[in-house]
Amino acid sequence: MGNTIFDIGEENRIGLRLPALDVPERNLTELIPAELIRKEDPKLPQVSQVEVVRHYTRLSRMNYGVDSGIYPLGSCTMKYNPRINEDLARLPGFAHAHPLQGDELSQGALKLMYELGEYLCVIGGMDAISLQPAAGAHGELTGMLLIKKHFERTKELHRRTKILLPDSAHGTNPASAAMCGFEVVPIPSDARGLVDLQALKAHLDESVAGIMLTNPNTLGLFETDILEITKLIHDVGGFVYYDGANLNAIVGRARPGDMGVDIVHYNLHKTFSTPHGGGGPGAGPVAVVKKLEPYLPVPRIVKNGNRYSLDYEYPHSIGKIHSFYGNFGVLVRAYAYIRMMGDEGLKAVSTNAVLNANYLRVRLSKVYKAPYDRLCMHEFVLTTKGMSEEIRTLDVAKRLIDYGVHPSSIYFPLIVPEVMMIEPTETVSKEELDYFADALIKVAQEMRENPQLLKEAPHAVPVYGASVRRLDEVRAAKEPILRGHFP
Amino acid sequence: MTAFEFIPNTLEDQRKMLAEIGLSDVEELFVDIPAEVLKRFKPLGLKPISELEVSQLVSRMASENAHTGQYVSFLGGGIYDHYVPAIISHLISRGEFLTCYTPYQAELSQGTLTWMFEFQTMICELTAMEVANSSMYDGGSALAEAMLMAKNITGRKRFLVSKSLNPHHRRCLETYAWGVGLELIDVPFTETGQLDRAALQPGELDDLGGLIVQTPNFFGVIEDLSGLKELIKDAFLIVSVNPISLGLLAPPGLFGADIVVGEGQPLGIPQSFGGPLLGIFATRMNYVRRMPGRMSGRTVDADGRVGYVMALQTREQHIRREKATSNICTNQALMALCATIYMATLGRHGLRKLAELNLQKAHYLAEKIAKLPGFALRFSGPFFNEFVVRTRKKPSRLLKALRDEGFLGGLDLESYELLDGNNLLVAVTEKRTRDEMDRFVKVLKGA
Repeated sequence: MGNTIFDIGEENRIGLRLPALDVPERNLTELIPAELIRKEDPKLPQVSQVEVVRHYTRLSRMNYGVDSGIYPLGSCTMKYNPRINEDLARLPGFAHAHPLQGDELSQGALKLMYELGEYLCVIGGMDAISLQPAAGAHGELTGMLLIKKHFERTKELHRRTKILLPDSAHGTNPASAAMCGFEVVPIPSDARGLVDLQALKAHLDESVAGIMLTNPNTLGLFETDILEITKLIHDVGGFVYYDGANLNAIVGRARPGDMGVDIVHYNLHKTFSTPHGGGGPGAGPVAVVKKLEPYLPVPRIVKNGNRYSLDYEYPHSIGKIHSFYGNFGVLVRAYAYIRMMGDEGLKAVSTNAVLNANYLRVRLSKVYKAPYDRLCMHEFVLTTKGMSEEIRTLDVAKRLIDYGVHPSSIYFPLIVPEVMMIEPTETVSKEELDYFADALIKVAQEMRENPQLLKEAPHAVPVYGASVRRLDEVRAAKEPILRGHFP
Repeated sequence: MTAFEFIPNTLEDQRKMLAEIGLSDVEELFVDIPAEVLKRFKPLGLKPISELEVSQLVSRMASENAHTGQYVSFLGGGIYDHYVPAIISHLISRGEFLTCYTPYQAELSQGTLTWMFEFQTMICELTAMEVANSSMYDGGSALAEAMLMAKNITGRKRFLVSKSLNPHHRRCLETYAWGVGLELIDVPFTETGQLDRAALQPGELDDLGGLIVQTPNFFGVIEDLSGLKELIKDAFLIVSVNPISLGLLAPPGLFGADIVVGEGQPLGIPQSFGGPLLGIFATRMNYVRRMPGRMSGRTVDADGRVGYVMALQTREQHIRREKATSNICTNQALMALCATIYMATLGRHGLRKLAELNLQKAHYLAEKIAKLPGFALRFSGPFFNEFVVRTRKKPSRLLKALRDEGFLGGLDLESYELLDGNNLLVAVTEKRTRDEMDRFVKVLKGA
């Protein structure tokens, strides 16, 4: 099969013994009609516990994480994940609490969620919040549904059909808007890398339901016209949605609410240090201004005196967006992070995130081309276009693996050809930044002197987390093999 | 300036870096933010605290919460108190699993991509489906995404929904359905607790996007799926399952299900006050390019060695944008790793044994309760590890008495407005002992 758990083990090996049945055993067919009983056990592995542990330990060593080194994926904010937060989320009072055990027995959890909600509202400069969305894109969907609900209530839905989207937006933005039936209207970026105001104005009329903005945008640039943009949208009766993916750039010193934003989602797995876990879980709480509060998902967490409760009585709510109250374990981690950092720490986060990005930008733009050569926020873009006839950014990224560092995001945002999008975060040291910059500068030299080195990379050199050479993605798409089969 | 343990830069580092940039003060980095915005800023009013202090603070909050280590739990309704093998937390805590991102750089992510492939395989085996993705947010959103996929493929907007669907999932379904403009039509249940097939009249089946059923359903009753697909023809049969039950029950794939979804929490994931959970999603290979979510696919590297990459990404939002099959990006990967390790650990015959323990114990308790005066089983259909008890007394009163004796006694169904009278939903997992169940019955008797 290929290095999987199915390739090891033997018939009748087990990984866990179960307790013996301590009640009188009934005949199965007395309890369930025979035709509803499974005839053959599912073909799961048959491995001993030690084999399970060794297999997954081996797999873990074929991975590179934040714990391994710099992980400068742009717009992903791969910062250090404090281990204390893991311990706190695993406290029995949190990890083994049942979501339906009732308010009376859940005061600790509800209090934590209520306070986290309050903190996030202040951090974003917003009025009310839902912690339900399980990820950023889930928050976007929630935000779009809030807008839809509002216009349904004001009986404007038939004409409020458009969501404006800068062309530098994350792919989740248009996908989320489309899931709510909105028409997506792309707004080009101008030569500054910012929203083209003239192009924006050309689309402004009463068909606009809103705009989705990421600020700083995915080029790492702060939208300097943000106050004008939000005013223009409000003037035609639309809402401003703020994708908080890049909040790490401004946390502790500026707030979306103060820019005129109506809806914000926060990526707790980015700005607030919760681990990415190979793709999740995250959490994407959504905060809003007063006007949109009635539509927030239920249940909401309310406080009366010193008691907290779950409240479903909001007749205009869009309803539920998660089976229960969101990724609670992730909320615990973010709460602990905010408390540890406090105001001073959160400000130090954006200070150092932006400082680190600019330091790398200045060092690297001497060798690679910076299409927007100006101060950046927490991330910046470079391109390899024009540097070589035969070498692509993909090759540069793969060659970086040979140097033992994780490449940046590549081929995003879509508006810059052969792009690298680099976000170092505040949790790397200057030495690591220098190592990364030196490696990337060396690769540029190799590009001229020995391009084959890049094309064939990675070379399966003994680098932490690397275990194979370049993988054939085309083959995987042409003839998808998405599961194993058994004899 | 306070030094923070997560931020390596010292003032000296900052000075050197600013010099390289050509600035003299960090505030100059933020000149692009309008002064007006900076001026409006308001702080939280929170001082930094140490790891020691945050540990004490948050531990105090945790101790204000009841949990199933404190109470003997008969509470289910979609989240269950199963035993989580010790190795799971240890293995998923390895930094290389915990702190990595979505495996965009496959060569540095073979660990993640390999377990994703294993997970997909195991879910296919469990459900008897052909292809599975590597996770959705939870059971509710997985169900909603299944409905959207069926709508996208069939082009139809009417969906029949079994009234015995978990109401928490049902409410998610309603939100998404309203968002895209779909119509949900209730299908009632009979006195067995199962889907009322008599309600599936030809008129109802016209122009149908899909039929959505859950088994075991919210009442714990096992649905008989046979013949449903034949009845609804090219409309989608969407089945929500409890994965543990599939150790014992015939899988929906054998009954022609088009999409199988479910809440994966029973597979080695802590209850965690309802999240993070795990959405399971499996379908037929015909529909793979219309499916939401991430998948790992097998390929080879430059030397012909087997390796794995993210497959069929052209379905996804980062490439297709508004034409993507779904907006999902961040998912519940680490929870899917829990489930993978869980299924590997329980193994081929272990899951069956586990399911039988659940079944036998649940029936032991159900029978005992049913013999008590003032108590009866609400439904006559077969059930797995959960059942509804009709009670003479108010469930709220019974639950109070049970709690005083150290039990989370189950779920009072009153607020769900699905059944008339007094009804208590009771769940029994492998963790419950005969002694606990006997004491439970004794408290009920005296309440």
